[in-house]
Amino acid sequence: MNILKFLTAGSVDDGKSTLIGRLLYDSGAILVDQLEALQASNRKNDDGTIDLAILTDGLKAEREQGITIDVAYKYFQTDKRKFIIADTPGHIQYTRNMVTGASNAGLAIILIDARKGVIEQTIRHSFLVSLLGLPQVVVCVNKMDMVDYDEAVFNKIVSDYKVLAGKVGLKNVAYIPVSALKGDNIVHPSERMTWFKGSSLLPYLEAVEIPTDTLTEHARFPVQWVVRPQTEELHDYRGYAGRVSSGSFRVNDKVTVLPSGFTSTISKIELLDSEPEAAISGMSVTIHLEDEIDISRGDTLVSAKNKPHVSQLIEADLCWMDTKALDTTHTYFLQHNSKLTRCRIQEILYKVNINTLEQEFVEDFKLNDIGRIVVKTADPLAFDLYQDNKANGGAILIDSRTNVTVGALMFRANAD
Amino acid sequence: MKQLDYLDELEAEAIHILREVAGQFEKPALLFSGGKDSITLVRLAEKAFRPGKFPFPLVHIDTGHNFEETITYRDNMIKRIGEKLIVGHVQDDIDAGRVVEQKGKNASRNQLQTVTLLNTIAKHQFDACIGGARRDEEKARAKERIFSVRDEFGQWDPKRQRPELWNIYNGKIHKGENVRVFPISNWTELDVWNYIRREKIELPTIYFAHERDVITRNGQLMAASPFLNMDDEDVVERRNVRFRTVGDMTCTAAVESYAFEIDNIIDEISASRVSERGARMDDKVSEAAMEDRKKGGYF
Repeated sequence: MNILKFLTAGSVDDGKSTLIGRLLYDSGAILVDQLEALQASNRKNDDGTIDLAILTDGLKAEREQGITIDVAYKYFQTDKRKFIIADTPGHIQYTRNMVTGASNAGLAIILIDARKGVIEQTIRHSFLVSLLGLPQVVVCVNKMDMVDYDEAVFNKIVSDYKVLAGKVGLKNVAYIPVSALKGDNIVHPSERMTWFKGSSLLPYLEAVEIPTDTLTEHARFPVQWVVRPQTEELHDYRGYAGRVSSGSFRVNDKVTVLPSGFTSTISKIELLDSEPEAAISGMSVTIHLEDEIDISRGDTLVSAKNKPHVSQLIEADLCWMDTKALDTTHTYFLQHNSKLTRCRIQEILYKVNINTLEQEFVEDFKLNDIGRIVVKTADPLAFDLYQDNKANGGAILIDSRTNVTVGALMFRANAD
Repeated sequence: MKQLDYLDELEAEAIHILREVAGQFEKPALLFSGGKDSITLVRLAEKAFRPGKFPFPLVHIDTGHNFEETITYRDNMIKRIGEKLIVGHVQDDIDAGRVVEQKGKNASRNQLQTVTLLNTIAKHQFDACIGGARRDEEKARAKERIFSVRDEFGQWDPKRQRPELWNIYNGKIHKGENVRVFPISNWTELDVWNYIRREKIELPTIYFAHERDVITRNGQLMAASPFLNMDDEDVVERRNVRFRTVGDMTCTAAVESYAFEIDNIIDEISASRVSERGARMDDKVSEAAMEDRKKGGYF
């Protein structure tokens, strides 16, 4: 059984929280005392049924205002799969939250209100999902109960969305007509939409195979920690601990250490008491090399056959996440996996108006702005382009004065 | 490309997070309560750092109201793994007048722990504390970051948490600040039990069904102990119970159970009708109890 992490993109009024609540409720993930708290609370729907949205509102301020402010993680599983939901607010002022929630997701559910169809918010959410490279999208056309479960309404929205998907570059899109409030096509097939022949949402989520975007020859191992017991019996033991971020490594593989460029061969792969022959993407292991080379945290081991870019000048997409605007004279920290270096934003190429998708030529970058920049780093980075390898193509910017994460970077080209 | 089995993926993620702590902080610590979550963390730390030593000590904030079985387990475990243990005693803070013990029937030392924790952190100048909290446990934890920045008073401001992107963790802090790190944030209660079973991790015996003297308090079964303020209204009965979660004896409720083995426990949990923290009296105080405690510096 594996894990599917998915993002839910929609707004307060689209019924997103109700949809998640319905998924949890109908799949049996809600437990008795949570149910009792639900029933005891004051929130009820107009028809007296429990307001399932309350299941996802975690913080006091939100409960008081009735909207979600942060990224909330909900967990449930069926006998087919374990699910992690990253629930993010839909409003434009929380763009950074959606970028955050999307960064690790394998799939996005984009919610559309059947009465409204594709709107500005849909464009924005779809653009973000594409920018962050999510490989699979499910468009849930919700509130079908309010349009009489009309097939024509659904089909019109589907054809409008297909145009949008083409514009933002989303290739794998599924469409499901639902009513989260009434429970149609969420877990059980809807008896009121027998014209729909596709799968309901939960069975779809259980079965979907997430297309992998990473080229399997991109073997990448960022070194986090050097294991050196230096005890009498393990005097010469030196292992490089980390997590394979993409591709795979086998014993006897030739590897290159970057950015230094030294080469060696893998002599052993270890995980506590076992010594596997290979380490695949996602595994945390300790790697031993035949040669004694100077390797430290922040270096990356890569397959000698297929190397990433090594450069100090990179063109990247940037999402600005701080209330203080970007300062092109300021030196920020850049963190790329376990590598930390100083950097400066050398040039702002353009900003994207994420409601219209038009490029704008501006001098400033404020909270929630997204655009293309050129960054210059103090140390060389060993990176892949984000569209080829998400795990090795993303980085964060940190303000050295506040230590806050101020930006998300997606590397798009070597500018050297 | 082959995807990892979910327990392998969760394990690998937790190991990755532990190694990030080691690489980013000067003086980390692992908060150990003797509960199944912190016991799981110790196993994960072995997988992350062996054959080297842990780059941090284990820290136990001892309220003085623990189950005896928990203390025994802790001491045996320390002997086995050969790592350093630091104990902060709430009793010391009570004796020194730094905290005042609660009175009354429902008194517990749970809230006093925060003071002892903050004092212990300050005394040893820990800059990062690793803990076994999970996001599925409770509403306020659902939004917690994996690296959660606390100010010098241990306070958590939900409106100012850093965005956490990809698998990149920003642990940069100013002097005096502290980060709480939660490597098993994405694990559910069931995941922890399945992992414990797979790894054959030994647990304190109180997790398994046993006979115990209990009283019924607010509809829940509580272990009859000298720490619990009992009076003539409380009727002591002998029942077969186990504990789903391990806090102090004064605030942890038992459930009636005949699950003597781990397989039985997993079956019981899968069919369970009360969530794990539903058995914790400290959360029931108000709807926003956990959130208020985290704002006050609680774990």
